[in-house]
Amino acid sequence: MINNKEIFETIQMINQQHLDVRTTTLGISLLDCICDSPKRTAEKVYDKITKSAKNLVKTANDLASELGIPIVNKRVSVTPVSLITANNGGHLEVIRALDKAANEIGIDFLGGYSALVHKGMTEYEKQFIMSIPEALATTGKVCSSVNVGSTKTGINMDAVALMGKIIRECAEKTADKDSLACAKLVVFCNAVEDNPFMAGAFHGVGENDLTLNVGVSGPGVVKHALESVNGDLVQVAEKIKETAFKITRVGSLVCRETAKRLGVNCGIVDLSLAPTPVMGDSVAHILEEIGLESVGACGTTACLAMLNDAVKKGGIMASSAVGGLSGAFIPVSEDAGMIRATECGDLNIEKLEAMTCVCSVGLDMIAIPGDTPAEVISGIIADESAIGMVNMKTTAVRVIPVIGKGVGDYAEFGGLLGHAPIIAVNKNSPLKFIQRGGRIPAPLHSLKN
Amino acid sequence: MKAIVSVIGKDKKGIIAKVSNILYENDINIEDISQTIMQDYFTMIMMVSISANSDVTKLSDILTKTGEELGVTIRVQHEDIFNAMHKL
Repeated sequence: MINNKEIFETIQMINQQHLDVRTTTLGISLLDCICDSPKRTAEKVYDKITKSAKNLVKTANDLASELGIPIVNKRVSVTPVSLITANNGGHLEVIRALDKAANEIGIDFLGGYSALVHKGMTEYEKQFIMSIPEALATTGKVCSSVNVGSTKTGINMDAVALMGKIIRECAEKTADKDSLACAKLVVFCNAVEDNPFMAGAFHGVGENDLTLNVGVSGPGVVKHALESVNGDLVQVAEKIKETAFKITRVGSLVCRETAKRLGVNCGIVDLSLAPTPVMGDSVAHILEEIGLESVGACGTTACLAMLNDAVKKGGIMASSAVGGLSGAFIPVSEDAGMIRATECGDLNIEKLEAMTCVCSVGLDMIAIPGDTPAEVISGIIADESAIGMVNMKTTAVRVIPVIGKGVGDYAEFGGLLGHAPIIAVNKNSPLKFIQRGGRIPAPLHSLKN
Repeated sequence: MKAIVSVIGKDKKGIIAKVSNILYENDINIEDISQTIMQDYFTMIMMVSISANSDVTKLSDILTKTGEELGVTIRVQHEDIFNAMHKL
């Protein structure tokens, strides 16, 4: 029998500390939609998504109501579209079908306008990547990602060079909206196939036909729990684990029950602590609660490493199906504490890069000056990919060169994407390095000192 | 299904009467009831059983509205969320 204290704790977590299930994401394979004709492929894609995910939003809303916990986002991820359009070139037909389907079923985002080019890039993949700016600028709900490197293959520097240009083009095409298209595009190293979070979600080719993945959240809950810990760092880590366990158990319940009601495979729970711009829902504030004057202070990387590790340890105990990215996200524009620290210069892009060595993903939702050259953006991608490749972890870059704005200005993306002060980037040119092209060979997997 | 009805807020006359009446009208049996002060909040917790064909969303809406009238927060939640979080 549950006691009143436990009931009260759960209610307070939801009500006061912003505990929610951040996303239920239905992964849909589009491999059976491939046809010779772009038009027919697009029709099959639309039909499959609207049929398979017809009840996703209602099911999630009903369950949220029964359990009394918000399920904030309902999303769909699909097989990387570059594979679906490989033999017919119908990239833009398919993205319009994806956007139309997303609107029809009432989800907020659909991910998978993606290409996996971590070792080599075929001509059709290059054409596909070159369609991304037009695709993202002319649709609303579809997100895109490109995997340019992995620990096993090294980094495809031709793709890195191309992505610098693509990000600039995305920015220019949506200059009137603070270059919003860039917020829907992620460049990965070691991309995972079951990530439920946007903008980087896609449905891997090794997955089932239909799989439901869930992303939990709860930075506010962890921060609140730490307020009562006055002991040493072992006790801090212990409290984070205990809290992550409870959060994950809720995610696991929602994943099982939603999958059962939809009649699809129950996939993974992603343990990521995902912040929102709302006060009391910040990863930066957890680090400050541990004992930093501000995120960005010396000691930030160590605190984040401990937080990330403790979240995983607690979560792993709570569910046998943990996957996705699973760690602490540090998206600047989506975290009130990160926004404050970048505004007043306590946090810069170099420290953020150091933090990505130990946290879940990478340089995420960072607004940079609109005149940042393509090769500098490629340099940022190369650095971040190198961190992922060498450390055998996922890293990503989602930077927004905000056209017409510079350091000290603000970019406003709205909603969950938040707003961000534009921060400085090192202006020295990596042009010759980027222009060399080719591949950075895969790293050694022994002699690890 | 088993569910938890919780009332949190400032104590006043008629809370139990009103909530019990709504539950009765919706054919819901109260199995256990307790009230206490938790972190300065008046907290009433009821364990109830709801028949499978009941509309929980509708019940939740009615209780939320009643809570607003009484100046308290009333929730109905499936017991699974508490079991998941607190029981191994």
